Amino acid sequence: MIKTENLERRYGPTVAVAGVSFEINAGEVAGFLGPNGAGKTTTMRMLAGVLSPSSGRAEIHGLNVEERSLECRRLVGYLPESNPLYEEMEVTAFLKWNGAMRGLAGAELEAAVSAAVGKCGLAQAAGKDIGELSKGYRQRVGIANAILHNPPVLLLDEPTSGLDPNQAQEVRALIGELRKEKTIMLSTHILPEAQSVCDRIMIIAGGKIAADAKTADLMACAQGGHKFVLTLANADDSAVRQALLALPGAACCEYEEKAGEAVFTVSSENDLRAAIFRTAAGNNWPVLGLERRTASLEDIFRRLTQ
Amino acid sequence: MKTFFNGPLWNLYKRELAFYFNAPTAYVVMVVFLLIAGYLFAIPLFLVNQSTLAGFLDTAPLLLTFLAPAVTMRLFAEEFKSGTAELLFALPAREWEIIAAKLAAALTIFALTLAFTLVYPAILLMLGDLDKGALACGYLGLFMTGLLLCSAGLFASALTKSQVTAFITGFLAAFVFFMAGKLTPYVPAPLAPVADFIGFEAHLENMARGVLDTRDLLYYFSVSALFLFLTRLKLQTMKAD
Repeated sequence: MIKTENLERRYGPTVAVAGVSFEINAGEVAGFLGPNGAGKTTTMRMLAGVLSPSSGRAEIHGLNVEERSLECRRLVGYLPESNPLYEEMEVTAFLKWNGAMRGLAGAELEAAVSAAVGKCGLAQAAGKDIGELSKGYRQRVGIANAILHNPPVLLLDEPTSGLDPNQAQEVRALIGELRKEKTIMLSTHILPEAQSVCDRIMIIAGGKIAADAKTADLMACAQGGHKFVLTLANADDSAVRQALLALPGAACCEYEEKAGEAVFTVSSENDLRAAIFRTAAGNNWPVLGLERRTASLEDIFRRLTQ
Repeated sequence: MKTFFNGPLWNLYKRELAFYFNAPTAYVVMVVFLLIAGYLFAIPLFLVNQSTLAGFLDTAPLLLTFLAPAVTMRLFAEEFKSGTAELLFALPAREWEIIAAKLAAALTIFALTLAFTLVYPAILLMLGDLDKGALACGYLGLFMTGLLLCSAGLFASALTKSQVTAFITGFLAAFVFFMAGKLTPYVPAPLAPVADFIGFEAHLENMARGVLDTRDLLYYFSVSALFLFLTRLKLQTMKAD
């Protein structure tokens, strides 16, 4: 379980995280979304015990990360943002060392290392120096290191960054497997990934939580509005705009010219496709395309973070 | 079962030591040091036909002020530069354990380098007579000087991301302790004993004569402890701001 209360972090006069409160329960995968510099990494670093909060509190399994730092660090598996690794160590040696640092020894350590190597598909790279590995393999080493000691809480800062689509899919599958028994918090830029992996999405902007909801609820909320994109061969844009705005429920209408074609975008709560078609036909406008777009996570993200 | 040998301190120490032996820097530093020390030892032996350690012991303090920061410059600077500090500080290890492990690894390399110079007194023992008690005490003094200079170097390394800057800062810190004793004749009379106490040379000379005084040991331990404390303070402020 991860819990924060008014967690705040300043770097000198700059406020990186401005009073963030949330609670992530066991078995939950929470996606932490936000533009660069929104405070995602700073929040995760505070939870990992690498950075002290300026004020407010953070708890891992009910333990304050400041007061019970050592115990908290034992409960957490952490994949830092840029995935720094000891380049000169062999993969297995690195994992063994980390396991030993986390109190594993003997047969238990061997089993933990081989389990992590297996889960992360590292068998082929096990004997190599980390410095020789490709970015994808390095990322796997970072993830293997985070899950090595079977921690109940996982903090993964951009776990799929730098991976090709296949590798990213493997990592998502791995997170899916781990979700049953763990509390997972992951940050990402890739919105469809958050949508497919996370039960819950938190959007952070300017150091504040801008949205925090179950993925399904957030999607339902997003789907409340429709956008209709009408493409005409040529048209008097002000006349078209007027006609479109006169339709029942039409909220706003944007016009832009794309490759000689006139593109109008109308937002509305209602399904306007039939009405738009009739208007165009009635006015003898040559319709090249008519499309309905439902708002996506991307729209919500953009709306909240811009 | 939980023992010292599977605890964080020992694991950290082992890894630090392995890094020294995996990288060429340690070997280069050791070889250069031993070449210079060997030359300084050989000159009186062959040119003046004197069997004495004086040539080596006179210049050892200056040599050590170069050796120590060269050994310690990597310790924190490299972790900051490559970002692995993030991994290190997320591990369930206390700050003092990390500091102690790094210092112990540096001191091991330092002691190993010193151990090679034991060849010189061994040669002298074959040729003539040598006060073995004073010799042992003198080497203890050299090691204690290493403790002081490596602690200063470790602190210098925690201040920067650049190994070169760490070396220069560490050397300057070491040089202050080297020069303080030499300045004794030039400072105002009331300050002379202070300068003499701050410089490590007077303490090293005492030990090289075979005098084991608690004041000298206290000097080495307290100055080293001060630098280690400052290192810990630096790590804590980094976490806090």
